[in-house]
Amino acid sequence: MPDEDGKRAAHQALVESVLNGEGRASSELRARAYNNAGLPQPLQALIGKVATNPAQVTDADFAAAQAAGFSEDQLFELVTCAAVGQSSRLYEAGLAALAEAAGSGEADDAT
Amino acid sequence: MRLEILNSGYSSGTKLLFAVIRTFSRQPVPDAAKLVFYRPGFYGTQAKKFTHEAMRGPSAWSVADRELMAAYVSKVNETAFCIGAHSATAGQAYRDRAKVEAVLTDPDSAPIEEGLRATLRMLGKLTREGMVNAGDMREVLSAGVSSRQVEDALAVCAAFNTTDRLADAFGFELLSPEGFEAGAKYLLKRGYK
Repeated sequence: MPDEDGKRAAHQALVESVLNGEGRASSELRARAYNNAGLPQPLQALIGKVATNPAQVTDADFAAAQAAGFSEDQLFELVTCAAVGQSSRLYEAGLAALAEAAGSGEADDAT
Repeated sequence: MRLEILNSGYSSGTKLLFAVIRTFSRQPVPDAAKLVFYRPGFYGTQAKKFTHEAMRGPSAWSVADRELMAAYVSKVNETAFCIGAHSATAGQAYRDRAKVEAVLTDPDSAPIEEGLRATLRMLGKLTREGMVNAGDMREVLSAGVSSRQVEDALAVCAAFNTTDRLADAFGFELLSPEGFEAGAKYLLKRGYK
């Protein structure tokens, strides 16, 4: 089996696309949504739920963010960044724990 | 879906494609499929590539096992759309719907191999608590799962933690049981590309 993990490369390409690809929300806002930190209210309330409690998102969360001046396209981007960001943190936490369990800095060495 | 652009903001070519899908499948186009067609340069193109790689790329896990992991992660997240879609897909892939139901009800007692069981437990903890430690991983490895298999399972976990969040946030509409079965058939034939 090849050492290279095509899955991680594909994930990194997705992260790069949502953070730095062409979009309507600024790269700075997208990075904050990705990190679930430092956004103004009521946007932070929506993004926080997407990251940690997505089943609790309501129509009112979107309505409040739109009333604060964010367009549907910007919210599409920022919600997507929040979802990808939280998943990336889970992915990285899992890979780090695996590397530690495998007794080396690189999980790949144990395969 | 909650954003009107995700319901109607598609190019005429994409709308035509949706009409063709509706005609041939005799089912509505699932919101999960629509989402990846919305401004695909932003999310859809790379999301499809990553999800396909995780779910259908090279791995010692079977497609059925990976679909079961997707259904299980979605169960932990309580994302009804993805539970429906991926339990149907896992059920068809295993040709054993009861096994999938047993895992979603109680993975500790379900009739599956210990390595898969330990992997599901770890993915459940990671999804629920946002963290796992080296001890959790040692349990999986000692159940006979290779490091590469753990990495592959983590990729499935990442893909579905993303999709689950988008399904809940954007409000994917649930399909009928027939709709989920039709979608499952498509996913087993064509994957996520």
